[in-house]
Amino acid sequence: MEILVCVRRVPDTSENEIELNRTGNDIERDELVYSINEADNYAVEEALQIVARTGGTVTVATVGGEDDEEVLRREMAMGANRGVLMSDDAFSGSDGRGIATILKAFVEKGHYDLVLTGVQAEDGGAQVGGMLAALLDYPFASLVTSIEVLEGKKLKISREIAGGNKEMNEIDLPCVLSIQTGINEPRYVGMRGIRQVAGVAIPTFGAKDLGIGVCAVGETAAQVRRVDYFVPILGKGAEILRGTREENVDKVLELVAAKGGLK
Amino acid sequence: MARIFAYIVHKSGVVDDSAFELAAAARKIDPAAAPTAILTGSGSDLDAACAALGASYPEIWKIANQALAYPNAELVRKALLKVLPSDSIVLVAHEHFGIDLAPGLSIKLNAAFVSDVVDVSGVAGADLKVVRQEFGGQVSTHVVCNISTGAVVTIRPGAFKAVEGPAVNGSVIDKSSEVGTLTAGRRYLETIVAEAGDVDITKHNVLVSIGRGIQEKDNVAIALELADALGAAVSCSRPVVDAKWMEKSRQVGSSGKTVKPKVYLACGISGAFQHLAGIKGSPFLIAINKNPKAPIFQVADVGIVDDILEFLPELTNKVRELRGVAAK
Repeated sequence: MEILVCVRRVPDTSENEIELNRTGNDIERDELVYSINEADNYAVEEALQIVARTGGTVTVATVGGEDDEEVLRREMAMGANRGVLMSDDAFSGSDGRGIATILKAFVEKGHYDLVLTGVQAEDGGAQVGGMLAALLDYPFASLVTSIEVLEGKKLKISREIAGGNKEMNEIDLPCVLSIQTGINEPRYVGMRGIRQVAGVAIPTFGAKDLGIGVCAVGETAAQVRRVDYFVPILGKGAEILRGTREENVDKVLELVAAKGGLK
Repeated sequence: MARIFAYIVHKSGVVDDSAFELAAAARKIDPAAAPTAILTGSGSDLDAACAALGASYPEIWKIANQALAYPNAELVRKALLKVLPSDSIVLVAHEHFGIDLAPGLSIKLNAAFVSDVVDVSGVAGADLKVVRQEFGGQVSTHVVCNISTGAVVTIRPGAFKAVEGPAVNGSVIDKSSEVGTLTAGRRYLETIVAEAGDVDITKHNVLVSIGRGIQEKDNVAIALELADALGAAVSCSRPVVDAKWMEKSRQVGSSGKTVKPKVYLACGISGAFQHLAGIKGSPFLIAINKNPKAPIFQVADVGIVDDILEFLPELTNKVRELRGVAAK
């Protein structure tokens, strides 16, 4: 099976505290640690496990700039056969539809049986996979938690629905699936693996290579744009205990007891 | 102002709570809006769901079709495309069905798309301004969406309070005949109900709940020891289940269990809305997290900025000490 996995490089929230920049028009990006979007990494692992069973290749693709090559290399070190970068000044400022339009053009240049995305990016809207499927007129399923390849160009998949229940579906190939975290256990990538792919050339495709009109993507085509960032006020805020650890331990115990929590 | 539609999720004749939240969101977009509910389905369940909306929506569009008995997003999309006027604003709840339906619907309607909206600032000309959250709720952002060719907007469940508006006597309009035969490349097979775990976290008064801050599988024992000392149970947030450190049956949240304890100790949990959605009954919420900016501190009653791997063992020792004294 030929599988394309669309991935993104995002600020890693387990490594960073996200703060606003001074003007509030963006988050402070100078010191951020970036990594592959978590759900996308699960999608790549799933693709690798499928081709290990059925044969075929895994391509990882991203829309971005030179900095984004590092996540492609990381996924190639995991076992993806090739990485592809879609990059062009005309792409900057694209909204979800713009990104989906760029990916659609790339998908149509190849012959993929299956296209995977992560269900959502940390700063995204769980949108590109569903949009890409609609642009391609492929069937789509979101929140996918298992994939079984059936005879006759079909898959049996499960989706995560409310309450921990699973919805089973059959879906025709080619299709687009958005992969939920926890579907598998992504393999570890060591420094040695990354060094082995450090020199591999990553083909880059621009608007012209993909036959995309510059009016169809980028800032001018975007129907949706961020205006500013701010820190939300969700509730009245917790009373923060500022004692020593020992004092805080005592206080917590006292509170748990007072609220009927010590049997 | 464009006409506003709300796609209503329902099951066994009962409409989802989000139906009334979407009506509230519609009125926040346009205070003069007379939002229209759209429902797909079949049989008496669909009629019962339509009847339940009469007080909230002036018009209820019903699409009955045997193929829509189970909500398959591809079939629902095809049905909606047959009946929705161009340039409509379509509101959908941001849950497992909305995530399936809405992005593709926006493409086919050639409408703008904005997802997981938590608030509406207003409309100026062709711009709808809304609030979204990013990075697990650590920051919010104002987003402007051009609605001149319509929009599909998904609304976060629980973000809009259902309001008692002036009572309307909504009428049901049957649109079924406009839809015709529906087929899809994806077919629903069955629903597999979650397995019960070894511990029923919904039955405990005190939950020691762990998140990503527990860092590795071996550290789960730290929480189990505390729970054991307290006579509590250990629950967790999604990353702990994703990492296979605990069973799915221990997960609190919209894709896990809904719990109603008296005391909830959120340990190393950032406080994403999907997690908070699983905590009901306003328990006393104590949050321990080493990130002072973690969103959990905004909703907790008491917060401690500390490393749970160091704090929890000390708490366990103290509980044991107390118990030991009490036993003598």
